[in-house]
Amino acid sequence: MYTFSSRLKIASIVLMVVGALGLGYGFLTMPTSVEEAKAMVASHDHGHGGSHGEAHAGADSHGGHDASHDEHLLHQLQNKPWAALYVAAFFFFMIALGTLAFYAVQRASQAGWSPLLFRVMEGITSYLVPGGIIVFVILVLSVMHMNHLFVWMDAEVVAHDKLLQGKAGYLDPVFFLIRAAIFLGGWILYREYSRKLSIKQDESDDNSNFKLNFKISAGFLVFYLVSESMMSWDWIMSVDPHWFSTLFGWYVFASMFVSGITVIAMITIYLKSKNYLPDVNDSHIHDLAKFMFGISIFWTYLWFSQFMLIWYSNIPEEVTYFVSRIEDYKLPFFGMLAMNFIFPFLILMNSDYKRINWFVVMAGIIILAGHYIDVFNMIMPATVGDQWYIGIPEIGAILFFAGLFIFWVFRALGTVPLQPKRNPFIEESRHFHY
Amino acid sequence: MASKVIHAYYNDDDVLMHAVKKIKEAKHHIEEVYCPFPVHGLDKAMGLAPTRIAITSFMYGCLGLTVAIVMMDYIMIDDWPQDIGGKPSFSYIENMPAFVPIMFELTVFFAAHLMVITFYLRSRLWPFKKAENPDVRTTDDHFVMEIEIHDNERELRNLLLDTGAVEISIADKNDH
Repeated sequence: MYTFSSRLKIASIVLMVVGALGLGYGFLTMPTSVEEAKAMVASHDHGHGGSHGEAHAGADSHGGHDASHDEHLLHQLQNKPWAALYVAAFFFFMIALGTLAFYAVQRASQAGWSPLLFRVMEGITSYLVPGGIIVFVILVLSVMHMNHLFVWMDAEVVAHDKLLQGKAGYLDPVFFLIRAAIFLGGWILYREYSRKLSIKQDESDDNSNFKLNFKISAGFLVFYLVSESMMSWDWIMSVDPHWFSTLFGWYVFASMFVSGITVIAMITIYLKSKNYLPDVNDSHIHDLAKFMFGISIFWTYLWFSQFMLIWYSNIPEEVTYFVSRIEDYKLPFFGMLAMNFIFPFLILMNSDYKRINWFVVMAGIIILAGHYIDVFNMIMPATVGDQWYIGIPEIGAILFFAGLFIFWVFRALGTVPLQPKRNPFIEESRHFHY
Repeated sequence: MASKVIHAYYNDDDVLMHAVKKIKEAKHHIEEVYCPFPVHGLDKAMGLAPTRIAITSFMYGCLGLTVAIVMMDYIMIDDWPQDIGGKPSFSYIENMPAFVPIMFELTVFFAAHLMVITFYLRSRLWPFKKAENPDVRTTDDHFVMEIEIHDNERELRNLLLDTGAVEISIADKNDH
């Protein structure tokens, strides 16, 4: 039985407090008028590269265009803390959701190696409830026009935009929230029900709970793959409402899957280092690292498939997505490729390195940072444009949600024994050997 | 002088694995084990050195990647620049995304084929080569363990029978 150590608890609370302060700073320093926004950009440009200054000087000379440009700048700066909050909230929620998908795959495939890790996965998925509620609240606030993350929610914008008028049936604020509620409800329902069956199986004298869990997991995967794809259109792709990509759902899925698996590996290694999970051996870590390696490559495959087709065909309404990213987001855009592909590819290729725990942890930290930047690159260009910066509000948001994530997950890990007792495959998992 | 070897036949891979471990414990050197299919963990139990074929595969992959990069640069940029999809930039880096699938394919192609060829060469396998296995049954359902005899035939025979061998025979050592 794991006990949530007070040191870790204090660390997570400190993270939350520091993060909340950073976020608060972001919201407090948000400009409220066009003049303030211009002053902020002028003072910022010293440290932030001269190219922006030149670009603005060019824009200023246009005269007539000036006022709308300044208005746009104000909205971008007002979006900054909101976008920072949303990216971090979604990123940690995505970890829990990716873990839930991995867990459902293990259940539905009746995998023999993984039952020892089920409680770790269930601990991580417990974050679905607070994480999902926070994301939902942010979406509700967006619908209530507290921010401008989603331009299609602005009736004024839609009135002047033929493309958005065409999509108005789907991109309707109320329908949007109903869909979000259905997705979140479905995921949380499965998580709670499967967890209940998993714990009941420990005390039962037949395998009926296990069998039922298998069935609902298979059914859940069907629901998940559809709802996850739609979620990615709704919550992420619609910040660029003119742009679309048919494999976007898969792409986001790969990102959340690899992040989830990485966190499973890291928490397992942490618990092992504290002498919990005595039956988990190097072969389990090896398998998780194989998944980290494989899904990193899968992510790259999808990223490139999306990029190359759009780059090659060069259709204006599609290619602007990548043009704006390569022009204004060069470092995060290409840095993410190095972090999410080249680094794990080279580090985790050797079979022996997948068994060295600190190697896996190191690769995991880079992968997680890389996938945060991936989400950052999905949300920021449409919401804050070239005003992006990883500063106090962004880091504050990461710290806040990291603290909340650690607090919630480890609290959940401490509620039940870490090793399932009566899973029919537990012996196989215990003797799992590569 | 042709030395003699003892051949012990087994008909179950689990029994074989236990036998190999027991014989290694008794400090006998196992020349070879002939199997109809790969037995997981047998190389470790026999104390064979770990394979280095993965390293060769990595090097072949790097070679394939290099070939693809140089080849596409020669074909599409240097030798006969072509305007495809409105991208006539004569610049390798600006056309690079189009070459990535080729880089990927040639990396895999080189890594896989050259690794197989290396494996054949290292295992001394080539067309029309005479089979080395001492008994045709090792291609069907029997495993044969080969141990060299150093005036200890009786002792070996008893030990092998103890480990569950179903048949034992003596043969001249085949020096391939």
